[in-house]
Amino acid sequence: MNNRNEWPLWEVFVRSRNGLDHKHAGSVHAPDATLALQMARDVYTRRQEGVSIWVVPSDQITASDPGDKAAFFDPMEDKVYRHPTFYELPEEVNHM
Amino acid sequence: MYTQAMDIPHGDGKPAAVDDPARAAAFDERAARGEFVEAKDWMPEAYRKTLIRQISQHAHSEVVGMLPEGNWISRAPSLKRKAILLAKIQDEGGHGLYLYAAAETLGVSRDDLIDALHSGKAKYSSIFNYPTLTWADIGVIGWLVDGAAIMNQVPLCRCSYGPYARAMIRICKEESFHQRQGFDALHTMMQGTDAQRAMVQDAVNRWWWPVLMMFGPHDKDSQHSETSMKWGIKRISNDELRQQFVDATVEQGKVLGVTFPDPDLRWNEARGHHDFGTIDWSEFWNVVNGHGPCNRERLAARVGAWEDGAWVREAALAHARKRAARAQSAAA
Amino acid sequence: MTSTQPAGALCADHMRYVLRIADGSLILGQRLGEWCGHGPVLEEDIALTNVALDLIGQARLLLTHAGRLEDRGRDEDALAFLRDESEFLNPTLVELPNGDFAQSCLRTLFYAGWQQALWTPLLQSRDAELAAIAEKSRKETRYHCEHLSEWVVRLGDGTDESHARMQSALNYLYPYVTELFVPDEIDGAAVAAGIGPAVDTLRAAWDAALLPVLAEATLELPGATPFRSTGRQGRHSEFMGFLLAEMQSLARAHPGATW
Repeated sequence: MNNRNEWPLWEVFVRSRNGLDHKHAGSVHAPDATLALQMARDVYTRRQEGVSIWVVPSDQITASDPGDKAAFFDPMEDKVYRHPTFYELPEEVNHM
Repeated sequence: MYTQAMDIPHGDGKPAAVDDPARAAAFDERAARGEFVEAKDWMPEAYRKTLIRQISQHAHSEVVGMLPEGNWISRAPSLKRKAILLAKIQDEGGHGLYLYAAAETLGVSRDDLIDALHSGKAKYSSIFNYPTLTWADIGVIGWLVDGAAIMNQVPLCRCSYGPYARAMIRICKEESFHQRQGFDALHTMMQGTDAQRAMVQDAVNRWWWPVLMMFGPHDKDSQHSETSMKWGIKRISNDELRQQFVDATVEQGKVLGVTFPDPDLRWNEARGHHDFGTIDWSEFWNVVNGHGPCNRERLAARVGAWEDGAWVREAALAHARKRAARAQSAAA
Repeated sequence: MTSTQPAGALCADHMRYVLRIADGSLILGQRLGEWCGHGPVLEEDIALTNVALDLIGQARLLLTHAGRLEDRGRDEDALAFLRDESEFLNPTLVELPNGDFAQSCLRTLFYAGWQQALWTPLLQSRDAELAAIAEKSRKETRYHCEHLSEWVVRLGDGTDESHARMQSALNYLYPYVTELFVPDEIDGAAVAAGIGPAVDTLRAAWDAALLPVLAEATLELPGATPFRSTGRQGRHSEFMGFLLAEMQSLARAHPGATW
């Protein structure tokens, strides 16, 4: 096993143009943050896909538990009143 | 560029771990509904193993696939073609990287996958064990090998495993340039001198059958296909894809002005498809099992690059640790 | 271009001035291309190929421009594939074999540092095309300097082995740096015509950019030696003939063919 010597994994987020959010693009292995950024640039923006890159050590991401999905997300299912389409307005103002 | 040899057995032969039958049944239903499975979701052990095998073989194929084309970077006959070739091979490295990353979401490390390649345990597409003898081979790899790859890859964009499907979407977007540049290079040569035309025809003759083998064994002999179809890891069968490829390629060959080395290749009106000759599967298995023209060279090149790079990878880590230690002592 | 294009001997000097820059990019791009598929890690394989691609791109623009200045119908490919060794005017530094990853990184950084020092004054060139190429290339080169500096520091200040390798790369390559800053009559003509700087004026910028990197990498600069390489005069190392034989073999085997 040579995993002790494997470079850490970084998650790469790319903003494709100003005005948009950073979006997860993939990951790279890199020894440190500076090289992670450079490698992310060379791997994920070869076709001008980005104007800004974030890299985050993968082990620093806290994720919700997929096994807990029902308890975590289903309660939002019946809150239909949060959505604008829930409200039927008179024709004249329906573009509101 | 890529492979089909993903159906090739891995050879560990161990029985799969036993999964909770209720969860397994629920999972099968999800797969049947065409739902995506994500990294941390529960999945049957056999699903996970199949994916790791398939995705890593695919990744290895991309990376080994850099070598036959890399053979011609230094000799590309024009600067434009040199740049195109470099960019294309670099893309293949990128594709390998996306795929290793997708496999890593299943809980394996890239280093372990690479070890499996280097020790000969993991397979890669057998097509890359053929030599690139002339410049026309570079065009033919783009046109036929990448063309076959695209046939395989497009359905994988709908693969049930989310990280793999997303990697494939990115790959397919980039890949479309590969086939086009290959055809363009050959087309230019076919408009050129007699020697150039002869070079193209010779390359087509040598690559045609190995390319048909890329789609893998016939459906009836393909041992992983059935479960892979059930789980949405595979969407279209080997033989269907191969037929699609032949039908599309024969027409392109006419535009190019080349022939294919198969006397049985002809349009079958009744089937609405081209018939073609019998594939020499003994050659296929020989190459898969390590006895192709370049198996040893390809593996040696990968192992060599990895071993020669060990001190670089270690040094970068050592430097990062030094920096962290310095930052800590400065803060203290 | 016509407004700044001088006649006769001046034009030949002008062309040679451009050709030297072009050949540096071309030959270094050719060398870096050898790494493609063989890098120490996939991410870096891709990164180095990006550098190679930038260099080949620069070479294409510069060779095309040199061909137009010459006005004898030679395009980028005629200049790249059909010139003989003595007509290549790149500094010897870029034609040396890649060696190990340390040597490749340091050599690329040395040359990128020189390019970076050159592009800035070239922005003011009376040769508008050359100024435009400098403008485009300078962004690429700045990134090359950044990326390769990161590597030189990490390897110089990494493990004992990487330090030893980087130090020996420095010892081997440093004598070839001298040539980058030795001006001659072609530089003189370029200065007089307002086309570009003489190379001796680039040394200060090179030192300012690179010496701190070498220091951070804990490397020791070797002492000065009387060694002078002469690639910029067309007298190359023994390595160059093999590099060209390989690079030009296919193009030369099919005279007049289009690819």
